[in-house]
Amino acid sequence: MLQTKEAAVIATAKVNDIEVDIGPRENAIQVARKAGVEIPHYCWHEALSVVASCRMCLIEVGETKPDGTIAMGGKLVPACQTPVKHGMVIKTETAKVVTAQAMTLEFLLLNHPLDCSICDQAGECYLQDYTFKFGKAKSRLNEPKIQRIDKYHIGEQIALFTDRCVMCTRCVRFTREISGTAELQVVARGSVEEIDVFPGMPCNNKLAGNVVDLCPVGALCSKDFLYKKRVWWLKSQKSVCPGCSTGCSIEVDQNDNQVYRLRPRANPLAQGHFMCDEGRFGFRYIQDARRLRTPILKTSSTQSPTAESKMNGQQVVSLNGNGQAHSETAKNGVSDLAVIDPWPTVIAAARDKIRSAIKINPSDFAAVLSPMMSVEEAYLLAAYLKGLDARVRLLLGPIPTFGVDDRYPKSASGSAPPSDKAKFTIRAEKCPNRMGVEMILRHFQGASVPFEQATAGSTDIKAWYFVGGYSQGWVTEKIAKAVSHPTLLIVQDIFPSPLSMHADIVLASAAFTEREGSYVNYAGLAQAFQVATRPIGDARADGRILYELTERRGLFNAAVVRKEISEVIPAFRRFASGDLGLNGVRLIDPKETYS
Amino acid sequence: MTDNINSTKFEPVLLGRLGRPNSASLASYQADGGYSALRKALTMTQTQIVDLVKDSGLRGRGGAGFPTGLKWSFLPQNISGPIYMCINGDESEPGTFNNRILIEEDPHQVLEGIVIGSYATRATTAYFYLRYEYGRCYRTLQKAVDEMYAAGLLGKNILGSDYSLDIHLHRGACAYICGEETGLIESLEGKRAWPRIKPPFPAVEGAFRRPTVVNNVETMACVTHIVNRGAEWFKSIGVPKDPSNPRDAGSYGPKLYCISGHVNKPGLVELPLGVTARELIDQHAGGVWKGRKAKAVVPGGISMGFMSADELDTPLDFAGPGRVGCLGLGTAAVVVIDDHTSMVDVLYNCCRFFAHESCGQCTPCREGTAWSTKILERMRAGRGKIGDIDLLLEISGSIGTMPGTTICGLADGAAWPIKNAIQKFRPELEEYIRSGRKAEAPQLAGAH
Repeated sequence: MLQTKEAAVIATAKVNDIEVDIGPRENAIQVARKAGVEIPHYCWHEALSVVASCRMCLIEVGETKPDGTIAMGGKLVPACQTPVKHGMVIKTETAKVVTAQAMTLEFLLLNHPLDCSICDQAGECYLQDYTFKFGKAKSRLNEPKIQRIDKYHIGEQIALFTDRCVMCTRCVRFTREISGTAELQVVARGSVEEIDVFPGMPCNNKLAGNVVDLCPVGALCSKDFLYKKRVWWLKSQKSVCPGCSTGCSIEVDQNDNQVYRLRPRANPLAQGHFMCDEGRFGFRYIQDARRLRTPILKTSSTQSPTAESKMNGQQVVSLNGNGQAHSETAKNGVSDLAVIDPWPTVIAAARDKIRSAIKINPSDFAAVLSPMMSVEEAYLLAAYLKGLDARVRLLLGPIPTFGVDDRYPKSASGSAPPSDKAKFTIRAEKCPNRMGVEMILRHFQGASVPFEQATAGSTDIKAWYFVGGYSQGWVTEKIAKAVSHPTLLIVQDIFPSPLSMHADIVLASAAFTEREGSYVNYAGLAQAFQVATRPIGDARADGRILYELTERRGLFNAAVVRKEISEVIPAFRRFASGDLGLNGVRLIDPKETYS
Repeated sequence: MTDNINSTKFEPVLLGRLGRPNSASLASYQADGGYSALRKALTMTQTQIVDLVKDSGLRGRGGAGFPTGLKWSFLPQNISGPIYMCINGDESEPGTFNNRILIEEDPHQVLEGIVIGSYATRATTAYFYLRYEYGRCYRTLQKAVDEMYAAGLLGKNILGSDYSLDIHLHRGACAYICGEETGLIESLEGKRAWPRIKPPFPAVEGAFRRPTVVNNVETMACVTHIVNRGAEWFKSIGVPKDPSNPRDAGSYGPKLYCISGHVNKPGLVELPLGVTARELIDQHAGGVWKGRKAKAVVPGGISMGFMSADELDTPLDFAGPGRVGCLGLGTAAVVVIDDHTSMVDVLYNCCRFFAHESCGQCTPCREGTAWSTKILERMRAGRGKIGDIDLLLEISGSIGTMPGTTICGLADGAAWPIKNAIQKFRPELEEYIRSGRKAEAPQLAGAH
């Protein structure tokens, strides 16, 4: 519902006889979408300037006269360039429009190579889709096609298949308006035009990968993804990039339990339309061979992780040098295909050891909550430990910080814009949920005390529960020193580290695609992320580990935990429905500042 | 029609000083009474001058024929900040050379009109965009501008008045699309000459995001004479508006007609608007050469299409060529094609030009011009098919003749020769295809 200048008039327009409400600054493509009509287009993009050059979105428009009659304009206009006003009549299926659409597609296909069978874009290609819906089945071309040389090294991360380009110039406008680095340009004139870079200045800005998403055809491709998987095999899940505190909304594309690529999804509450290359290409660690694939339980008799542990005469669980569990019977040379689940043993041991340590001295027990944890996981652990004894200490894990916030678009001289003019920011804080974890800590601990602060100088903490989850090595010498000779060391992490090597219990946990939960970004926006892949090996989602550790009934469900959090912690009252929607929920109003 | 159409006796106005010694110099210009119009204009108000130009019925000579006074009135009147006047000296329409002659032989006539027009539109700076190929024009113009500065006719407080104006000469880089007003503006700003989408129109947001008006060289020369001799004088020349057609703006004033091609005396001739093609060819250009007959005549630059041999009595004013299916008067550059010339070759030459000059921004023009050129190449290589003719017609229909298909009018110009050639010369085209004839060099340089 909208008030226009004429009081109490709801602004509406008609799209092919369907009436829709219109907003204050919408073009015909946006309004048509509301009516369920997709006007085909290439060059228009919500985040970029309007050039109306592809001519694919031509429609007929008219106005409704005061007496109710409709006066059509009579000529074709580009929908992307047509601001929709109250009473506008939009027609997308007239004979003129249909002819124009078919001709535009025929023109685009004239010099387009028949690369579908080897082109990455197949299955998500605007040219394929529109030709199928609006184009002609037969080609009338009897002339030689223009051949162009591919530019595989137009950027470190991107390759340009020049002959597939439809000259929509989205990529050029992106490097001018969003990244500001302006590497991509149009060279030559007329039908022999190409996208190119200045010699020696390839497209290597930190947002370069976005041009691959923007390219409506398979001209610009990601070298990381090139030829790896046909897109129709990929299943997508909505998620949030854990790379920094910007918290870009993303889609995780996976097939057969392997992540193939990450893509940004538009979220006006979060980052907008894009994501940075660090986040986009930084998912290989999920499949890294060095990941912890199984939980480890060290017995007290020896420090060696290969010691056997006998528990009440039950099946012996022994762990070889790779930390893999195998059964006793296998040692007799008979291969035993029965899989023994090490988790119940390990979790039971963890629970016992935690209780014993707390019983001895609760204030010497500390849990370090990493900013890589989700809100739900941090809550479960904090609530459990504080529930055992209020004197247990909760600390904030190390915050990985690299450089400074990197704002875009850059100016011609390369300098960053002021924060109120920035269109995209790669933040220096390389973790997704510092905000959320601190909100949990403030509730349960009264304040968010960083681990470094608590261990500066000497500390009397002797029993530790460390949660990691970082994508890179994070245990510095300082950290290792502060945790020397603990009476109990439990590490919940995804990669081995100097801490896990000496830990009593290692809980092999999950990367972000392997679990569900929510992160709160720098601005206080809480977004949900979904499971896309099963945890590697025998690793487990942190939520499941914590449910079993804390002996909760049923399976971990993020929405259920969110409801509980909303009742316990006032700052999370907007978690009440459990559902955070597609765009997330603001926990802090924009007017409040985050210190 | 008035006596003035007895054009063999027409006293040239725009070319009146042609042939005088040092006609391009300020001294010679002033000795002939030059800059009296400017002096007069500086005593008038801006509104008075705009109204005068409106009353005169002056229509732009750059090709579109838009009423000049009306164009000037689109500029905002009460804003702060610069307003720009751009002079379109890109003159790239094939067959056109009138602006070149004006600049080389009598630049002050044009410059005086520019200062008057800038004063009338409150422009603070004028940019004279000159195509790069006009080197002699550039040097002549620069000299003339320098003379003006020295004489207080440019710069601060022109002739002691409150009005100040700077003129900058800006050379292009050999692209036809810089003749399109927003392509010119983009080029002036140092960018790729890709025409802008409209709205916003230049009068609202033009060069450097400021209100801008773009005018043709010959149009500005007319302004000088209108101020000197009045609107009534201007309207006494040419073709009055049709009283039964309220949309007809008339075709007033003298016009420089370029005549070239297969004639005995190609050149520039000044006549009242409305002379017929036949009279122009037979009485002013010495007739078709080599004793041949005209097969086709281009009325105003190749963008306008072709008139056939039986359409030569069409008056060459703003309305005439349209009545025989051409796009319009254009630049009044008449090109004569004799009956020994193949229309396939002519059409190919036209298509090749537009394919080469298309800026490539929008899909129909970028691909359509190149496609039609390739079809004609194949035809000229002896491998044409009868269906190619209808295909060419369909291509021309979707690249330009359907309003709204493209961002600028180059596509319309590219489409019209194809349309006219097929409408008026189809039998010849079909015969060419059927004969399997091969041209000596089917693919010429610059073609894609």
